[in-house]
Amino acid sequence: MPVAVRFTNVHRHFGAVRAVDGVTLDIAEGEFFAMLGPSGSGKTTCLRLIGGFEQPDQGGIEIFGRHAEGLPPYRRNVNTVFQDYALFPHMTVGENVAYGLMIRKLPRPERETRAREALALVKLNGFEGRYPRQLSGGQRQRVALARALVNEPRVLLLDEPLGALDLKLREEMQEELKSLQRKLGITFVFVTHDQGEALAMADRLAIFHSGRIVQIGAPVEVYERPRTRFVADFVGSANVLPPTYAGEAGAAAKWMSLRPEKIRATAPEQLAANDEASLIGTITNVHYQGALTRITVDGEGLTLRAAVPSDGRRFQTGQRIRLSWPASAMNSMDDDP
Amino acid sequence: MTAPILAPTLAEPPDGILRRVSDHLYLNPPLLLGLLLVPPLLWIGIVYVGSLIALLIQSFYSVDEFSGMVKHEFTLATYAELLRPANIDIIVRSVLMAAAVTVAAALIAFPIAYYAARYATGAVKALYYVAVMMPLWSSYLVKIYAWKLILAKEGIITWLAGQTGLGPVLDFVLATPVIGGPSLSISFLGMFVVFVYVWLPYMILPVQAALERVPRSMIDASADLGAAPGPTFRHIVLPLAMPGIAAGSIFTFSLTLGDYIIPQIIGNSSFFIGQAVYAQQGTAGNIPLAAAFTVVPIVIMAAYLWGAKRLGAFDAI
Repeated sequence: MPVAVRFTNVHRHFGAVRAVDGVTLDIAEGEFFAMLGPSGSGKTTCLRLIGGFEQPDQGGIEIFGRHAEGLPPYRRNVNTVFQDYALFPHMTVGENVAYGLMIRKLPRPERETRAREALALVKLNGFEGRYPRQLSGGQRQRVALARALVNEPRVLLLDEPLGALDLKLREEMQEELKSLQRKLGITFVFVTHDQGEALAMADRLAIFHSGRIVQIGAPVEVYERPRTRFVADFVGSANVLPPTYAGEAGAAAKWMSLRPEKIRATAPEQLAANDEASLIGTITNVHYQGALTRITVDGEGLTLRAAVPSDGRRFQTGQRIRLSWPASAMNSMDDDP
Repeated sequence: MTAPILAPTLAEPPDGILRRVSDHLYLNPPLLLGLLLVPPLLWIGIVYVGSLIALLIQSFYSVDEFSGMVKHEFTLATYAELLRPANIDIIVRSVLMAAAVTVAAALIAFPIAYYAARYATGAVKALYYVAVMMPLWSSYLVKIYAWKLILAKEGIITWLAGQTGLGPVLDFVLATPVIGGPSLSISFLGMFVVFVYVWLPYMILPVQAALERVPRSMIDASADLGAAPGPTFRHIVLPLAMPGIAAGSIFTFSLTLGDYIIPQIIGNSSFFIGQAVYAQQGTAGNIPLAAAFTVVPIVIMAAYLWGAKRLGAFDAI
């Protein structure tokens, strides 16, 4: 599949801050690609580099094989959905959506037809005459989406587009964005700090940390086999076992990750299976979440977090408990750079 | 149960009269609003609007030509007098000057305000505020007399022009009919320069306030949608700055229209509205005509605002 966006050792520094510090990356055409990381990790700067709002200090950026360094945003076939939507307050929804077509001097009837179609695509039929201030947050977000898509970009950039929406609307929009992307076949590049969102929507994701990419892969890969302690903790809050733990068990002394949901909780006297590791400890924290209960257990020099099915069981702090998990659930990792 | 972790240091304070008053005001927002609004409303209603109405009424009286006394009878005679060619000249001159000053102030203020709103931060921004406001700290009269010296034939501008070989250019400009004169300090051009100088801060600040409210992402979005800087300015920045420009122009326009000091000190001896009012109510003792003259700027400003609204200057508020 052809490469939509290619970064070759891209650097972007702001004074002493290395916002993007040597990023190399290929995003395939038609892919839903997520850039995930905490704030200040460089993901948004990477998005702005693709959009043309920032220029790299070093390294190359190609968009569909064409060098993009030095190209301003208005010379790129790339459109952006901004975090604050950036709708123009003095224009109606229809004028906002048709703005790109107006700039390209399309005749008015065609502009209006295409703006109407784009609004229908995001289920805002009949909203042409309203002003952005008359819309709810979710509707504004759809307008921003329509305004970008009407230009038929080859790459659509989304900067934390769901950040300002409430939980229910966010989940709805996740599905809608995903199906929209499948329908249109456009490459989506999506920036978020919400790992659940990235896992749910992306075909592939890149984890950013301090201006670098620490891991790229499919959600399952990244979740199941985090490469570093940072990824293990950031994506799904895995337990991290120190190298001494693996060493004592006779394996190579490396950091290992262990997902909380792989851990079983049983009474201390109930023994673990042969292919399982286990420990006995004291519950220090209980966090009931309905179907799951998250417990924190201290024991044998470790602190482990487990997410166990509630199943009507009651956990209490101070209770002695045995945690066991399959040996295969432990994933050894590289050291953090 | 265990003892409370927080010691009871946050016990209720004793019930004082002040506390009861504030409780009462907190629980009765309309009462508070009323207390806050009544004094300024009295001030505006009686002192300001009241005297404006008195002024308006005065303009419908007339002066008896023989006795020079004000006749307290409603008549349009004073307005007929106002529309005599000599007075029309004064009005047209004042309006043209005010319009020229407003346009120039907007053109000069915009880049300054844009820089301040977009790029200046921290100490640079503080310095900018001081630089814009400082002219307002010194006496108006002192500034005008300083300009009189700067613009005079023996002043620094003539001297500089002579030193740099631009003397002929200055002479050429001064030879231009209407705006020229014997020297800059006795010309409409000089007056224009001084007007722009004294009213510029009143244009910069509202324009800057309007531009402050245009987020960076909006300009990014315009570029993202294919607009080069020119179209972005035309379609996004300018319309969003328009309410600020309109507000600033109300200041520069009405302040120029009503000023009677600068035309007296800087210009040639042709009259402006402010001077006409001053002369009519002072030396000439024709209060009705003075009142009629002051009605002119009010009508012009009302027409101006109506026109600005029709053109959509306030759409982005």
